[in-house]
Amino acid sequence: MSVPRYWRNIPQRVRMEALKCKSCGKIIYPPRAKCIYCGKNDFECYTIPEKGRLISFSIIRHPPIGFEHTTPYVVGIIEFENGLRISSQITDVDINELKIGMEVEQVFRKVSEDGKSGIIQYAIKFRPIFQNI
Amino acid sequence: MRRVAIISYGMTKVDRHWNKSIKDLFSEATLKAINKVNIPKVDAIFVGNMCASDLCDQNNIGTVVADHLGMIPIPSYRIEAACGSGGAAILSGFMAVSSGLFDIVVVGGVEKLTDGVGKKATFSLGKAADFEYELFYGITFASLNALIMRRYMEVYKVPREAFADFAVLMHRNGAKNPYAQLQFEINRETVLKSEDIADPIKLYDCAPIGDGAAVVILCPLEDASRYSDSFVEIAGIGSATDTIDIASREDLLLLKSILIAANNAYKMAKVSPSDIDLAEIHDAFTIDAALSLEALGFSKRGEFDKLLYDGAFEPDGLIPVNLSGGLKSRGHPVGATGVYQIAEITMQLLGEAGKNQLKNAEIGLAQNMAGVASNSYVTILKRCR
Amino acid sequence: MRPIIDVVISGWGSYIPIYRLPVEEVARIWGTSADHIKQELLIYEKSVAGIDEDVATIAVEAAKNSLKRSKINPNELGAVFVGTETKPYAVKPTGTIVAEAIGATPKILAADFEFACKAGTECLQCCIALVGSNMIKYGMAIGADVAEGAPADPLEYSAGSGGTAIIVGSKNYEKEPVALLEGSVSYVTDTPDFWRRPKESYPSHAEAFTGDPAYFRHTISAAKLLMEELGLRPSDFKYAIFHQPNGKFPLKAAKILGFTREQVEHGLIVPYIGNLYSGSSMTGFSAILDIAMPGDRILLVSYGSGAGSDAFSFIVQDGIITKRDNAPKVMDYIKKKRKIDYAIYCKIRGKI
Repeated sequence: MSVPRYWRNIPQRVRMEALKCKSCGKIIYPPRAKCIYCGKNDFECYTIPEKGRLISFSIIRHPPIGFEHTTPYVVGIIEFENGLRISSQITDVDINELKIGMEVEQVFRKVSEDGKSGIIQYAIKFRPIFQNI
Repeated sequence: MRRVAIISYGMTKVDRHWNKSIKDLFSEATLKAINKVNIPKVDAIFVGNMCASDLCDQNNIGTVVADHLGMIPIPSYRIEAACGSGGAAILSGFMAVSSGLFDIVVVGGVEKLTDGVGKKATFSLGKAADFEYELFYGITFASLNALIMRRYMEVYKVPREAFADFAVLMHRNGAKNPYAQLQFEINRETVLKSEDIADPIKLYDCAPIGDGAAVVILCPLEDASRYSDSFVEIAGIGSATDTIDIASREDLLLLKSILIAANNAYKMAKVSPSDIDLAEIHDAFTIDAALSLEALGFSKRGEFDKLLYDGAFEPDGLIPVNLSGGLKSRGHPVGATGVYQIAEITMQLLGEAGKNQLKNAEIGLAQNMAGVASNSYVTILKRCR
Repeated sequence: MRPIIDVVISGWGSYIPIYRLPVEEVARIWGTSADHIKQELLIYEKSVAGIDEDVATIAVEAAKNSLKRSKINPNELGAVFVGTETKPYAVKPTGTIVAEAIGATPKILAADFEFACKAGTECLQCCIALVGSNMIKYGMAIGADVAEGAPADPLEYSAGSGGTAIIVGSKNYEKEPVALLEGSVSYVTDTPDFWRRPKESYPSHAEAFTGDPAYFRHTISAAKLLMEELGLRPSDFKYAIFHQPNGKFPLKAAKILGFTREQVEHGLIVPYIGNLYSGSSMTGFSAILDIAMPGDRILLVSYGSGAGSDAFSFIVQDGIITKRDNAPKVMDYIKKKRKIDYAIYCKIRGKI
């Protein structure tokens, strides 16, 4: 991935910065110029909550270019209290303990790297809740 | 707006055409179409293609095909809507003729997936999804469908076997289609024992990787009888978009863009789902078939398996689905698929479908889409007398 | 050394990956005696960073935990320093990756320090200086590593992964101090006991030389110097934490200095997770903060090959009571574990 493309989305993929539509209250992530639900463009900043629930998952056994030697890994859709859903990887999880509805939490991890000499791409992934504090 | 007819069609077999390039395939299909009719000229070419830039290192495809066909200097350009490029090309051709700007146009789609060796083809296909927020995480295109499939099975309690049995039906149809890539029958075991791609999707839930080109020739309906004895009308056409990333969908299990596109097409053609005699739907993955059938109004939500087992989708059923074998068996040369569907329905409506011929086919529907229905095209064709 | 302004700890947090490679597994591959190794090193298993983990990811989780306890806004930090010998980039600071991830940029100092296993406490010394001179309000010092020993080398049994972040601030400003710094000392000489040349994947070491002339000389000298400066004796401390390359060295250093086993025991985490290198003594310290009570005096002595030791004396304050439970404790991370075999270890550490 080109350096500018990775760097540009650090606030969204690392600090989980999203937009909240002031008109309809829905959370927009990834960010858009206008709300995809009500069409207005009046937003406020919103940070995606730490914890959510896994509403679906899949285990990748045929990786795409850039993810060789990392299989099997888990991808999933996580839903948050406010109805927001995002896609991400689920890490530190035993494949046998995966269940729709399980609670997961944010964790900062390596996603990929551009070979041995390119940059490393980091982002937030999710893992089973470590501890309910 | 002028009414638009399809007066001819041409297709290559879908296959791994190692010895043929984009130019070869598109010209082969175009010449097949042109040689069947008596047209004085071609005013423009609209070509759908998704992956040429990545896999063939070639842009400017419109020029490339016009050049190879010896048709310069007519206007010619590429339309790209991922796996919906074919359907989008049809829409472009339709707009060109119905607007009155052009009279006779060649509308086609072509794809050379096998020019991408190894993982390059699937990586290129994956770009139908959201690169920054899906592919970035290593979420493959197959796994996006897998996420929806798992959720669908969980919510509606539809058994895994139903998806396998749909693939079996596809192969049974495709085995009789000389243009199909995979002309052999399979059984449920074949699917369920095939390789894991992205749980729960297995190899035989997925359309194969192949190359091909399909072309139709459009002209104003009022002129059609001048060029051909038999023709069909594009009676209705609709298109719609949805979010590029599936997580942002309001309802993960509703392919809303298909619903909207279909409603627009039904309205324009003045028909309803029960009037449709046959459908060519976009079964890139077996889950796509289920959701497409539901969005098109052929099945209630979560009940595609009921209709499947009632025989509704069989060649002699209520709504014969994918008599061509569909994407699963006929194949999915992505940019061309949408045009294959149109050509196949045209073939059926004109009584030229051979072993797969449906009797008295009057109205057919084609549904083509990008990604998991982030961009959809629904076209309704009517037989003309 | 004492800063002009009194410096306190505002928050602390650790992170240890869940994967564990038992000594038995490594011994199985090379045909050595697991019992012998366990006895010699007092190590049973070591923590291994997952396939998607590195010093940056470990540092970020430790940093976030320290912020949860500290309760400050990340943009109040004036420095984020990462001490490590396994930087993800040879050139590009991990500090900026961490600072950006926690929302502490752009008005911040951020750099990586290297002093083998004492890089983390070196960061701490500098944060103390920056806070203590009133240049910054809060500073975060992180010691973290994903160290590896070469296959079949003794270090393969002990080199573990993990890290700790400590936030320090000024006593005048911090409302709920966790611990007050009494003073610190740094004792350093050019002693090449353990090193890694740039193009080598694994470090080299001088075997027995790493003992008396290296670890023990610097650890004991730094501790003695600090106690002299502060007029303290071993019995004045409730806890003492030393750098833990294995279980034996810190116990021996403690004994030589006159500390009891009880004073050292609670901070001895190496038997369960191995040597965290720059994270070692700081994580031992974190484990003590997880249980210490106001009034307890704690001695922290790190050791870094090359060589040197930083020694600190802290007195625990009332803030520790309300802050302690806001983040996972070291024992929580130690207990959360998944055993792996040598093949998975090679896969996730990129050896194949």
